[in-house]
Amino acid sequence: MTTLIDVPPSLDDKSFEQVLDQLAPLPPDEKIIVDARRTRWASPYGLTALLTLAQSRADRPGFYPTEIENTGSYWARANFYKHAEEVYEFHGKAHRTPPHRESDVLLEITPIVQSGDVHNVVERIQKKAQEILTGKLNLEPSSTMRFTMALSEACQNIIEHAGCGGWVAVQTYRWQQRLNGRKVVVIAVCDAGVGFRQSLESSPARRLRDRWNDAIALEEAVLNGVSRFPDVGRGQGFAGIRRFVGHWDGKLSVRSGTARIVASVPDWDSDETAREEGLPPFPGAQLQITIPERIA
Amino acid sequence: MVNHIDLSSVLKRSVCALYSNLVTRPTGAAVRTEIELQLGQLGPKALTIIDFSHVGALDFSCADEIVAKLLLSSIANPERQDVYFVFRGMTDSHLDAIETVLERHGLALVYDRGVDGVRLFGDIDPAGREAWQAVFNCGGGPADEIAAAVGIPCEEAQALLEDLRHRRLLMRTEEGYVAVRPVS
Repeated sequence: MTTLIDVPPSLDDKSFEQVLDQLAPLPPDEKIIVDARRTRWASPYGLTALLTLAQSRADRPGFYPTEIENTGSYWARANFYKHAEEVYEFHGKAHRTPPHRESDVLLEITPIVQSGDVHNVVERIQKKAQEILTGKLNLEPSSTMRFTMALSEACQNIIEHAGCGGWVAVQTYRWQQRLNGRKVVVIAVCDAGVGFRQSLESSPARRLRDRWNDAIALEEAVLNGVSRFPDVGRGQGFAGIRRFVGHWDGKLSVRSGTARIVASVPDWDSDETAREEGLPPFPGAQLQITIPERIA
Repeated sequence: MVNHIDLSSVLKRSVCALYSNLVTRPTGAAVRTEIELQLGQLGPKALTIIDFSHVGALDFSCADEIVAKLLLSSIANPERQDVYFVFRGMTDSHLDAIETVLERHGLALVYDRGVDGVRLFGDIDPAGREAWQAVFNCGGGPADEIAAAVGIPCEEAQALLEDLRHRRLLMRTEEGYVAVRPVS
C-alpha cells in the first residue's frame, strides 16, 4: 500500500509539521508519495526538510513536483530537483533550471557530508552575502563575517553530530506574514541523522538526570553548550550562533526528534513558542536562522 | 629569535591553496599542526608573531583549534616555557571568536593593535592587567619595582607576575620581568 503525503501550499518550518503529522502513524518502511503538486511556495527549510524526509525512509519515496510554473522554476534554481532526483522517485516532470537569471537564492541547496563541503560553502557565499546583507538588509559590513561564521558552525553540526550527510540552503525573501513584508535572510540546515538526544547519550561523561528527552537534550546542546565530546573547547558553536542572531534581532530555531526550541524569541515573532514538546517524531536535527532587514 | 607566521599562508599550504577562511575543526587542527612543526624547529626560546591579516572568516571551531590549543599546549609543555606569542591582524569578527574561546579556557594573549598599541586580550582580571601594563610601560623590572609602580605589596606583585609568566604573557630574565611584545 502506498500513502499519499500532502505538502501544504506554503511550506516552511511551521507547516512542515503538517507533513510530519501525516507521516507519524506510518511505519518507516511504508511506501509513500510526497505530493507537492499544489505547493506554491517553500522556504529553504521546507525544501531541505523535504530532502531529509526522503533520507529518513526505508524505501525510496515517490514525489509529485509542484505544478505551479514559477514555483517549479524557483525550485530548479535552488537546485532542489537536482538533489531530489537522487532521493525521490519522480512522478511527473520537474522543471529544468532556466538560463542565468537574477535570484535571491544566496546559496543553492548544497549537501554537507565532510568538512571540505563547509569550506566550499563559506568560500562561495561570501561575496554575495556581503551584497545582500549590506545592500538589501541594511546590516553593517562587519555582519558578513559573523554571518559566515554562524553558517559554518551550523553546517559543522551535521558533520560532528549527525552521523550522516545533510543539506544547507540560504535565501532572502520578503516575509509578508511577519515583519510587515520586511526582507529576511534565512539559513536552513537539515539532516536525518541521530539527533541531539542520541548524540549526547553517546558521551560517557553525560550527566544523568531524572528527566531526559529531546527537549532537554536540545536545551543542553543549544542553550548550555553541552557537547558529546569531553574536550572543554567543544560546544561553543551554538553560543556563537546565538550571539550573532541576538545582535541582529534574529531568530534561531532547532528541531530534533519530538521537540523544537527557539533560542530567544524576538519581539517581531511574539506568538512563537520557546519550547515545544510532543511533536511528531522526525530523525536528525533541523535548524533555521532568520535575520530580518534592519529598519533605520 | 622572532618568527612570523602568516596564518593565511599556512592555511593555503597545509589545507588548500584556494581557501581563505579559517573554518572547521579539521582545518584548525591542520593549521595548528603546521605551526607546531615550525615551533619545533625554533628551539626552546622564541617569540612568534601569529598574523591574521589575510584571513577571511574565523569560526569558533578554528579559533579553538588554533589559538586556544596553541596557547594551552605551550603552557602545558615545560620545554616550551620560553616560547611566546604575539597575535596581530585580527578583525572584530575574528576577535569575537577568539574572545569566546579564550574565556572558555581561561586564557589570555598579547594583542598587537598596530598604531593603537599592544594590550592583553581574553580572560584576565583587572589586577593582572594592571600589573602587565606596568611591566610593559616601564620596559621591565623586578617584582619590587612593579609592586611600587602598581601600589601593591611585593608578595602580591610577585604572585601576579608569576601567574602572568606562567600564562606566557611575561618573560622572566635575570633583571626581572619583561612584557611579551612585538619586536620590530
